[in-house]
Amino acid sequence: MPVEVRLPTVLRQHAAGQSSVKANGSTIGEVFDDLVRQFPLLAGQVITEDGSLHKFVNVYRNDDDVRFLDKLATPVEDADVVTILPAVAGG
Amino acid sequence: MLRISRAHWQALIDHAEEEKLKPAEACGLLAGELGDMDVKAIYPCGNAAPEEKQDLIYEVDSGDYLRADRDARANGWDIIGVYHSHTHTEALPSPTDIAQAPDPGWHYILVSLRLPTPVVRSFTIVDGKVAEEPLVLERPAAR
Repeated sequence: MPVEVRLPTVLRQHAAGQSSVKANGSTIGEVFDDLVRQFPLLAGQVITEDGSLHKFVNVYRNDDDVRFLDKLATPVEDADVVTILPAVAGG
Repeated sequence: MLRISRAHWQALIDHAEEEKLKPAEACGLLAGELGDMDVKAIYPCGNAAPEEKQDLIYEVDSGDYLRADRDARANGWDIIGVYHSHTHTEALPSPTDIAQAPDPGWHYILVSLRLPTPVVRSFTIVDGKVAEEPLVLERPAAR
């Protein structure tokens, strides 16, 4: 069940330069597992070593930030679009 | 080098001055074609930092960023940078800006309202190293 995953410019170097890739899974976490299988260089960029969502990225299922849904356990379906964006902040 | 239209340049200053009244730092995103030097669009975003700290720090509202990313992609662009304002300090990236810079390929525009005349400058931030780049104003369209 592939979904589209949109990557920010900073992560594309780890995904053969692609801005959008397909990945399989029934949850956000499974989709990321598949993403890392396809593009091992993405390991550690989105998910921390202890298996949680990195605080420097925001992940969305369609319009919604998955932090306000079920985080990595958020279910995804075929037509969903998963977007990864860096958290942008400063002083 | 980064090239920006006069209208966009003015919009950055207007946004900064509007937010200074709160007082808060203004922030937003820049879109363009990857590897190109032209700013094609600017997306003013909400500052999602805690309200009492918004005059010192900024966080681009994550929903605004998602909408900007979609609009940019729909136009064949990408988000290629971020702008924010300093209400009382110079137009230089702060240690926080440097530490939290999200993308070594991005352009970082700073708008300073410290002096009566606004100052707008652009930088790159790669591995903690800051370099100023020329920020060039596009010529007005011929009449």
